[in-house]
Amino acid sequence: MIIRTTTAIGVALAALAGASLGAGEARAETTLTIVSWGGAYTMSQQKAYHEPYMKMHPDVTIINEDKSQTALAGLRAQHQAGNVSWDLVDILPSDALVACDEGLAEKIDYNEMLAAAPDGTPPTQDFIDGSLTGCFIPQIVYSNIVAFNTEMYPGQAPTTMADVFDLESFPGRRSLQNKPVNNLEWALAADGVPAGEIYEMLATPEGVERAFNKLETIKDETIWWEQGAQPPQLLADKEVSFASAYNGRIFNAQVNEGQPFQIIWDAQVFELDGWVVPAGGKNKDVVYDYLKFATDTQRLADQAKFISYGPARKSSAPLVGEHAETGIDMKPHMPTYPENFKTAIPKDDTFWADYGDELAERFAAWLAS
Amino acid sequence: MAEPIPVSANGAPGTPGATDTPDDDVSSLKARLRRAERRRRLTAMLLVAPLFAFLLVSFLIPMGDMLLRSVDNWQIPNVLPNTVERIAAWDGEALPEEAVYAAMAADIRAGKESGEIGKAATRLNYEVSGARSLFNKTRRRIERIEPPYKAALIDIDRRWGQPDIWQAIKRESGPYTASYYLAAADLTYNAEGEVVAVPEYRQVYVELFIRTIWMSLAITGLTILLGYPVAYLLANLPLRYSNLLMILVLLPFWTSLLVRTTTWITILQSQGVINDILVWLGLIATDERLQLIHNKIGTMVAMTHILLPFMILPLYSVMKTIPPSYMRAARSLGATPLTAFVKVYLPQTVSGVGAGSILVFILAIGYYITPALVGGETGQFISNFIARHMLVSLNWGLAAALGSMLLAGVLVLYLVYNKLVGIDNMKLG
Amino acid sequence: MITKLPPYASPLERVWHSAYLLFCAAVFVFLIGPILVIVPLSFNAEPYFTFTKEMISFDPDGYSLRWYKDFLENELWLFSIKNSFIVAIVSTILATSLGTLAALGLASSYMPYRTLVMSLLISPMIVPLIISAAGMFFFYSSIDLAHTFPGVILAHTALGVPFVVITVTATLIGFDRNLIRASQNLGASPTTTFFKVILPLVTPGVVSGALFAFITSFDEVVIVQFVAGPEQRTVPLQMWSGIREQISPTILAVATLLVCISIALLTVLELLRRRTERLRGLSPG
Repeated sequence: MIIRTTTAIGVALAALAGASLGAGEARAETTLTIVSWGGAYTMSQQKAYHEPYMKMHPDVTIINEDKSQTALAGLRAQHQAGNVSWDLVDILPSDALVACDEGLAEKIDYNEMLAAAPDGTPPTQDFIDGSLTGCFIPQIVYSNIVAFNTEMYPGQAPTTMADVFDLESFPGRRSLQNKPVNNLEWALAADGVPAGEIYEMLATPEGVERAFNKLETIKDETIWWEQGAQPPQLLADKEVSFASAYNGRIFNAQVNEGQPFQIIWDAQVFELDGWVVPAGGKNKDVVYDYLKFATDTQRLADQAKFISYGPARKSSAPLVGEHAETGIDMKPHMPTYPENFKTAIPKDDTFWADYGDELAERFAAWLAS
Repeated sequence: MAEPIPVSANGAPGTPGATDTPDDDVSSLKARLRRAERRRRLTAMLLVAPLFAFLLVSFLIPMGDMLLRSVDNWQIPNVLPNTVERIAAWDGEALPEEAVYAAMAADIRAGKESGEIGKAATRLNYEVSGARSLFNKTRRRIERIEPPYKAALIDIDRRWGQPDIWQAIKRESGPYTASYYLAAADLTYNAEGEVVAVPEYRQVYVELFIRTIWMSLAITGLTILLGYPVAYLLANLPLRYSNLLMILVLLPFWTSLLVRTTTWITILQSQGVINDILVWLGLIATDERLQLIHNKIGTMVAMTHILLPFMILPLYSVMKTIPPSYMRAARSLGATPLTAFVKVYLPQTVSGVGAGSILVFILAIGYYITPALVGGETGQFISNFIARHMLVSLNWGLAAALGSMLLAGVLVLYLVYNKLVGIDNMKLG
Repeated sequence: MITKLPPYASPLERVWHSAYLLFCAAVFVFLIGPILVIVPLSFNAEPYFTFTKEMISFDPDGYSLRWYKDFLENELWLFSIKNSFIVAIVSTILATSLGTLAALGLASSYMPYRTLVMSLLISPMIVPLIISAAGMFFFYSSIDLAHTFPGVILAHTALGVPFVVITVTATLIGFDRNLIRASQNLGASPTTTFFKVILPLVTPGVVSGALFAFITSFDEVVIVQFVAGPEQRTVPLQMWSGIREQISPTILAVATLLVCISIALLTVLELLRRRTERLRGLSPG
């Protein structure tokens, strides 16, 4: 018995030692926790940014956290709890604005902290005009679109946003994101509101009512997704016929997995996406070094080889060419390709910064009822 | 049942006491007995003490912290001290006077420095939609404004010229608030400060509580329906068969909750096993596949599967104690099988059904993982909204209020369970 | 015997009886079927959660080990496994030692407020996990324990303790106190009695309590979502984000492995139960 007890204590001590060793190991080198959107998008960052950086700096390990969907909430939570465990966060510009206002993100001195273009153009002139808002460092231009599985509609294929809301001509389930953003815009666009008047209308109670009423018409046929990786999966499994998605995810499924998906570019809602550095993070020096590398002209152009998102630097645009694995021309897959861009809706960040909370609350109650 | 044993070394019977003398009278014997008892009580308490202290820190204080948070209102009095002081004199009817506006401007300036103003703004946003964007907008412009502040603030945003934001500040200027509990019951204050229902399009929690309860009841009912016959079979089979079949009950019990939920996703989805079989059998056409997941059906089926062992095991342990001779006696006295079962067997299993039902129901109403993964939007439970407010909307006060209400319900059921079964008799596996 | 009817049973009784057995069989299929379904699916050659045509026709091309390979080559999964074991082992040791001591105290009839104390000690098992998670997150954040290993271990120990308390108390209550008297009459010291008589008899209770505590921690996915940070990512957390975010059949491969672990634990428990019965059978009275 005594022998057994000793063994038990030995095991306990070994385990404790293992625990402290494990914790020590993680700290001996720098571990950067980078929060992003998961799936094909994180993969493109992994290939274009993380892997080359880790090769240059073997003492740095990068952990991906797929929490960008709730990035602002996460930043607030960590700030309120006084425990910031994220080092760099991939975030939407409207959320970045709020994070900057609330002191959750570090202010960035763009010309000082970021790399100039190869021809020496400073960052403030190289990034897309008006996109540098204090804390936000843009990476890409992407688009929210609705796609469908062509096998579900062998006859006449849907082409417009109105078709997405037309259950009679195009029966089958839909999948939309469980947030008001994009859905309200699309509901109005499908109801015949021109792209230029959508936000004006959404700022009025009647406009919001009209949008919700339009969404109500397809609510019973809709599955609500939460993570960017879900829509391509739902489409591939034929759980749904239509799904809203980030255009790059659909591109990835089309090209890398050979899925029979088609994008409806009508009423695409396009915007930027980029980084913020959480205030109070622990590895600032490494983060800024990484940031300078990951947002230079070549790296942004490299990312566009893996996923169909446009680089946010003007100097990167000419470097975008062919898909890294299949060699197809990336241009017709970009949101900004003229054919795709005709009825595009630019996302209004100020609108969502002002009305986002209220609409999110109402949307959640509407979903649950 | 054997009496509990005194297990500690120095509490063991026969240990000679220090004051042991051979010719003690009765009173000193009593005193010695009392001393010995005190010592044993102390030993027992000392043995329990480490765990108790541990749970106090790791669990009980956190629970108290949560209860406190559901009424805590530190943000407004702490971040807006000047405004709170000035607004006390306001009658709440017309707009407040210049002094209140000046105090607000001073508070926003001070709060901007410390970064705290966002917290007050967030807190007020729960009372008045849009308060957060109002404060953020004002903060960006606060350095540029000059007195008179009333005109200046209204100039920044016309919402400063409406009484509702001021009424909310006046109402919520104390250190505690009831508004999280009101919100958890779909109630709010109107302009006159009376408690009223929130607009219909924002009502959600009452319906959710009701849904959580009725779905948990339905799941409990299903587990009785499926569990009772199986428990009866297990209890009446010879041991070598029942042990084998028992493994079929225990394996799911020991399998990870996430694993079991995942399997239900693969089984119930449109292209899943059930739909595939139905299509293959020709019962449905391939474009008419049934929607079995992301709705109430998904939640019910998966949770019934997950909770079934919690019904079978207590039923089994009760049925095991019922001698089969009772039923035989009833039969030989001329009762039909049905009568014998209803009049003789069933009444003896009521305690098992009760124990199993409360256990399953308690577990069901707190479920979070399974509804989140297979429930879609209509199969969500109250726990999912608590998680939402914890992780997404960050309304921790409301999460705490909803949590406290759920906790109160569970504790009442726990007491009933305790009375009915006794925690000593709780069995595992 | 229940599976056989007496020869004088009426035809109606026979039909009813067969229907009953059929029903029970269906319930057993319902219980065990879903767990078995994932095993073949985890060998799916395609990246989806459903049976492909090749799989149904038992074409070897429809099956592959790619998801197991994917799992073993993925650093995140290996990292989570390491974390899960660290957390589960340390919290099991803590829960078992604290819980066994407390159960020894609770089994004493001299323990004051026994029922109340017992109810409090068991409460972490009763309180819905989401509520425990919320409370722990608030409090642990305020004392800098959120997003640390000690925080996660503390939380999991609290969850595991009730199981140890219940199983050990149950062993002690069914305990024949004459054994102790006998040991003392035979001249054993209290210490010898504890180690030679009490401990061997409660060991099965302690071990099964420890197994419960281990599996509770190893499976736990609600509290870690709040209390664990990215460096404490555990297997269930990785699975959870896998199911919700990056859906891939690697999840099914992991699930299959977890089922194997469950089977192993169940076997150990069953052996323990038999051992207890044997020991009890030997004891007088």
